Amino acid sequence: MANILVYIDTPAGEEPTKAQRELLALAAALGTPVAAVAAGSADAAAGLGAYGVTTAYTSAGDLDGLLVAGKAAFVAAAARAADAAAVLLPNTGEGKEIAARVGIKLSSGVITDATGIAPDLTVTKPVLAGSYTVAARAVHGIPVVTVKSNSVDPAEPGAGTAHVVELEAGEPGPAARITGTAAKPASGRPALQEARIVVAGGRGVDGDFGPVEELADALGAAVGASRAATDAGWIGHEAQVGQTGTTVSPQLYISAGISGAIQQKAGMQTSTVIVAVNKDEDAPVFEIADFGVVGDLATVLPQAAAEIRRRRGE
Amino acid sequence: MSDATGTPLKILVLVKHVPDAQFDRHLSGPGHTIDRQDSILSELDEYAVEAALQLAESRGGPKAGNTVTALSMGPEAAASAVKKSLQMGATDGVHLTDPALAGSDSAATSLALAAAVRHLGGFDLIVTGMASTDGETSLVPSQLAERLGLPQLTLASRVELDGDGILTVRRDGEFGSQTVQAPLPALLSVTDQANEPRYPNFKSIIAAKKKKVRTLGLAEIGVSTEQVGAAGSWTRVLSAEARPPRQAGTIIKDTGDAGIRLVDFLADQKLL
Repeated sequence: MANILVYIDTPAGEEPTKAQRELLALAAALGTPVAAVAAGSADAAAGLGAYGVTTAYTSAGDLDGLLVAGKAAFVAAAARAADAAAVLLPNTGEGKEIAARVGIKLSSGVITDATGIAPDLTVTKPVLAGSYTVAARAVHGIPVVTVKSNSVDPAEPGAGTAHVVELEAGEPGPAARITGTAAKPASGRPALQEARIVVAGGRGVDGDFGPVEELADALGAAVGASRAATDAGWIGHEAQVGQTGTTVSPQLYISAGISGAIQQKAGMQTSTVIVAVNKDEDAPVFEIADFGVVGDLATVLPQAAAEIRRRRGE
Repeated sequence: MSDATGTPLKILVLVKHVPDAQFDRHLSGPGHTIDRQDSILSELDEYAVEAALQLAESRGGPKAGNTVTALSMGPEAAASAVKKSLQMGATDGVHLTDPALAGSDSAATSLALAAAVRHLGGFDLIVTGMASTDGETSLVPSQLAERLGLPQLTLASRVELDGDGILTVRRDGEFGSQTVQAPLPALLSVTDQANEPRYPNFKSIIAAKKKKVRTLGLAEIGVSTEQVGAAGSWTRVLSAEARPPRQAGTIIKDTGDAGIRLVDFLADQKLL
């Protein structure tokens, strides 16, 4: 079976994330998973064997100091070494940037925002803010595809050890140096893009994300926000859902105090189930909500959170 | 940032003419390409123009010899994206246009843009937006950097250029934030957090009428028609299906128990 290369970038000592396990599951469905492991120890790379990875490529050089270029050179080198039939990356900002450059290096078509890949490597993806679904193919080289989270079930660990091969990625070319990093403070909540449930607040929270966070924590959800809320400084920009923020596609999206303008809709309308709470019964978000409450989020959300805790016997 | 230091900067800003996202947008034709009526300068490219103008102004603006050239690739109507950039304050414009360019994917687009950049020559900095609001792939900035062998400083939310020509930007993302640095020449893309784009005023609109816009065709930049458009693209859209519009579901008015009814709904959907 053909080798399907998965890009893995996990800090040392950590298990692959849910999004990475989804890529590994997709690779296993399409062929033999192999991995380009950009970070972490050789042991961690070998451990990917538990998810079906036969060969894990690691980089001989340090990739962390350069922005994108080094990782792109490494992934392209791994794709050549593995004679890969496709390359899968996460649909994150960096994932797309690496894919973009790998595509040029391998003279290969790049497809972003994939929600599915068929056995013949035809890719399904939403376009125009989710208003169309298209089927697309790479018609030159091998498909280099960035895959959205929550598109497939994540791979579960089994037994097995991957064969680890250290690669010399070669000259990355001119690149910007990363001179400082500030990790996002840990919130204990799932990552926005990967979360199964997202609770998002907008202008209607009026400065207080407390009710949004309370419901999110009762549901084990990520917290999101509209651009109005992040622009107002009520919550960090990294929480922004929408065309210029994070695009999410969770099983459940609860929108609270967000009118649902087009830019916000673009970021969430492929969610499986949408629930909206808004004081304004004419808010456009109600047009796409499966369940809507015309009411005050400051009372509705805490009541729902308390009810969830009660039903769970907490 | 207002000192006129260093040598004059020659900046190229890439702007795209896109269908207005406020209206319904449609795919049509054999290549499933987007209908381009009701098009405007991509909102996200206004941040790129603003960033370019601010960098030029930090070196003393046009009086000190700094230039901001706006380049748009696209059909005849795309000239209006260049015009809007000139009204904002760009010094001159270039419109790369050829019927063969229609339907280009990111690989073909970046190939044509790279050829245009080489043809025009001598830029210290290329500035782009974070994504187009129609294709939404964000691939072109990185692909252009790869093709031109430039360091990329992409998705910047803060931009600073020092007197020695070292560009420093902050990137905010899913990972937290990063500071990255490279000497010019470089490629910069900015997010909508980077600045507040200015509105053209009456004076700048009048001034824009006198600014030069060059039109370039494929032959002039040394690209053949087979290298772009559907023929030169490395991806192909096979089929497109309009997503069935979401139907509005149950809407209730809160009479005191809406939180509980919301949880009932989640339980029914097996989402708890």
